[in-house]
Amino acid sequence: MQADLNVILPEIVISVYAIAALLFGAYTGKDKMAGMLVWLTAALFAVMALWIGASSGGGTRTAFDGMFNDDGFARFAKVTILLSAGAVLVLGQEYMARRDILRFEYPLLVALAVVGMMVMVSAGDLMALYMGLELQSLALYVVASLRRDSAKSTEAGLKYFVLGALSSGLLLYGASLTYGYAGTTLFSGIIDAAEGQAPIGLLLGLVFVLAGLAFKISAVPFHMWTPDVYEGAPTPITAFFATAPKVAAMALVARVVHDAFGDVVGDWQQVLAVLSLLSMFLGAIAAIGQTDIKRLMAYSSIAHMGYALMGLAAGTVFGVQAMLIYMAIYVTMNVGTFAFILSMERDGQPVTDIRALNMYSKAQPGRALAMLILLFSLAGVPPLLGFFGKLYVLRAAYEGGLAWLAVAGVVASVIGAFYYLRIVFYMYFGEEGEGLETGRSPVQWAFLMASAAVMLLGIINMFGVETMAQAAAATLVN
Amino acid sequence: MDNLLSIVTFIPAVAAAILAIFLRGEDEAAQKNAKWVAMIATTLTFVVSLFILFDFDPSNTGFQFVEEQDWLLGLKYKMGVDGISVLFVLLTTFMMPLTIAASWNVKTRVKEYMIAFLILETLMLGVFMALDLVLFYLFFEAGLIPMFLIIGIWGGKERIYASFKFFLYTFLGSVLMLVAMVAMFSDAGTTDIPSLLRHEFASDSFSLLGIHIVGGMQTLMFLAFFASFAVKMPMWPVHTWLPDAHVQAPTAGSVVLAAILLKMGGYGFLRFSLPMFPVGSEVLTPLVLWMSAIAIVYTSLVALAQEDMKKLIAYSSVAHMGYVTMGIFAANQQGLDGAIFQMISHGFISGALFLCVGVIYDRMHTREIDAYGGLVNRMPAYALIFMFFTMANVGLPGTSGFIGEFLTLVGVFQVNTWVAAVATTGVILSAAYALWLYRRVVFGDLIKESLRTITDMTKRERAIFAPLVVMTLLLGVYPRLVTDITGPSVEALISNVETAQAVAQASSQVAVADH
Repeated sequence: MQADLNVILPEIVISVYAIAALLFGAYTGKDKMAGMLVWLTAALFAVMALWIGASSGGGTRTAFDGMFNDDGFARFAKVTILLSAGAVLVLGQEYMARRDILRFEYPLLVALAVVGMMVMVSAGDLMALYMGLELQSLALYVVASLRRDSAKSTEAGLKYFVLGALSSGLLLYGASLTYGYAGTTLFSGIIDAAEGQAPIGLLLGLVFVLAGLAFKISAVPFHMWTPDVYEGAPTPITAFFATAPKVAAMALVARVVHDAFGDVVGDWQQVLAVLSLLSMFLGAIAAIGQTDIKRLMAYSSIAHMGYALMGLAAGTVFGVQAMLIYMAIYVTMNVGTFAFILSMERDGQPVTDIRALNMYSKAQPGRALAMLILLFSLAGVPPLLGFFGKLYVLRAAYEGGLAWLAVAGVVASVIGAFYYLRIVFYMYFGEEGEGLETGRSPVQWAFLMASAAVMLLGIINMFGVETMAQAAAATLVN
Repeated sequence: MDNLLSIVTFIPAVAAAILAIFLRGEDEAAQKNAKWVAMIATTLTFVVSLFILFDFDPSNTGFQFVEEQDWLLGLKYKMGVDGISVLFVLLTTFMMPLTIAASWNVKTRVKEYMIAFLILETLMLGVFMALDLVLFYLFFEAGLIPMFLIIGIWGGKERIYASFKFFLYTFLGSVLMLVAMVAMFSDAGTTDIPSLLRHEFASDSFSLLGIHIVGGMQTLMFLAFFASFAVKMPMWPVHTWLPDAHVQAPTAGSVVLAAILLKMGGYGFLRFSLPMFPVGSEVLTPLVLWMSAIAIVYTSLVALAQEDMKKLIAYSSVAHMGYVTMGIFAANQQGLDGAIFQMISHGFISGALFLCVGVIYDRMHTREIDAYGGLVNRMPAYALIFMFFTMANVGLPGTSGFIGEFLTLVGVFQVNTWVAAVATTGVILSAAYALWLYRRVVFGDLIKESLRTITDMTKRERAIFAPLVVMTLLLGVYPRLVTDITGPSVEALISNVETAQAVAQASSQVAVADH
């Protein structure tokens, strides 16, 4: 028992912190502590990330009879989740404070969601998986509708909840089928049951589980909620949705397919390849008509999930490594991009129409240049880091025997380049019109610049993420 | 100096960074500083690049000045030049100071303009020096970003359309090449270009989706690379982005596009398509040759019908690039030497022609041919220069234009007489459109009211043209300057290709006999 608790110590620490801070906030009843709590939570995330990252030599530990794994893969995902969640928290602090929606529950709900994500990526059992997923989702439903007096925000929360509940239902259905045919909910047991000729019921279970998870990563055709929720939720929360939960869900997919169904690669490979194909194309095509930058980022994230899935669909160690690197790069780009979006405002009101960016490069050359770099990186144009992400997944797909998917992927990336270029077009080529205000938050400026710098300088050695991802992938696939 | 190539490549980028970080303000003084920093940086790059030429050993057919560093994903940062690439490096460093000088009158956002050109120079140099597949791709594609901005920000009226078309067209061509590169990486296990040149890619025929593919993987990879280089070149029928881009780009942008960016396609054929996929090349050579011949005749005819000077010269560029592809895929000494020669010479000539258009555009702000006429009365020096480059474009013996066209025609004549015959009519057509353009713009009476006050070239403009005239004449009367350098490397390339093709043929005959 003692040893088990040791393994989940980081999760316990964050949970205890969240509950303690919740009690403190409830008894003092003050939202003015919220700003401080945001920074405190972010600091806690950073410390936890350091702690987990530093213990990366620790090998694989399991707890609760294999229901919970602490391996290199989980640690890589957890560090990514914690860092991005921390970054997004401090990014939005000033934005929310100025609009009076910064409640003390916000950072704590995020902390609980992060605990859920950490459980997800460590899950070694369908029950643990479900618990983590629900803890994460319930916290996210609430933060999506944080702006209670806004119809759009409430709508976003409700939509997210209803569709999320549906996906949970699908997942549970799949889990119960799997349990029925495998006789166990442990991944290590399922993999034994699936050995050789897997029973058809087990495969049906696999498909339902994957469908449920596809909702969470917003892969087509389970993506419908994404644009509405992205648009409706307050921007800092959209930024959160676009980063940490995506990493967690993607890592969870990787864990399920490899840990539980690693012997029937051929069966889930097709499913993931089709999800990937559809996501890449829908994400690229549907975004063309969008003028709202948040909706645009929603479609962009759908397309990016398609590319990450392409790596995973390869079904190899290298594929998992490619997916992890892709997600790390994706998260970094999105933090920077949302830092930019958060700073878009006029007369104190947030602006999300990309046409408002007319000739932004004249008023704010530095920010415009950083955003330019991020946009080209999102489009996957060399020499920026986004290109290397694509290169990894392409290579994984090709070597996994999915050359057709690689070809489709690059074609989709050309279509997708169009809408990123359109933002560049407004920023650099447009007519002069009513400009945007100068962003006030130095935190947003710092994150924007740092993210752009990473895209540019990361091509030298990727800050060592490559080898870490390699080690992480090796612990998952055997 | 062990890393001479990197120094040459990154001088402009460092200058761009200095401009971006240290130069503030949009006033006159800041603009002047931006121009001078760019001028000094590009000139310095040229001077340093001369060391490459001096230390270059033409008899060595391998790569020289090689530098190597480990990089991500098992890739390498590896640079080097051989007889094929070294002249393109020199062409680039030679042209860039001239384009900066030609941009002296830019008024809007001068700092950004200079940064874009400096970054572009680094990327172009990188393309010609990269000895790693992905590094090559990186430089090759990254060049789209500054060029997209140059056309989009400083271009003409239809610049938005032109910039998007330029970007998406070339991007689509290149991504297919990326997939082929990934396939090569998986197959050979390395992205090192010298190793890949020695690697034999599978050429056994197979069926895909019911289509029998002769030459197998090599043909597919050839096609993927072809998609990229043919668009970049550009070859008929995927040339349509070029006239738009040329017309809308600012003068300096057109010069860079015509003189250097187009050469990347030809360089790619020489570096990758022909030596790495010899069997694939053999299979598709008739297609490429006929496409080139059609390009030469068709685009020359289209050029005849143009009302816009820049568009006319753009179509003429497509025609001249037709000679290049024809020469490359003739795959013999004259053809390849001629192709390289034609690219270098076209770099000077077409660059100069776009500068000629720029000279009068700066004064009259129109490129309509009909808006001019009788310029010789007011601008004798201009008339002389324009005449000189028109003749060079036509391929008058004594100018460098003649050597390239003649050599490629000789090369292709030995391979495919009909293609040579069709392509030769292009020589006549080019005389027709070029001389007619010249007559309409320069000769005749000066009847247009607006032209009465037009002034002849300034000292700055004359200084820009002087080196170009010298180079065109020099190469025209002493072509060995180029062929001495390219010769041995080209010879080695051809013998490798022929051996590989012979081996593949022998093995396929054995396979047929086994049947």
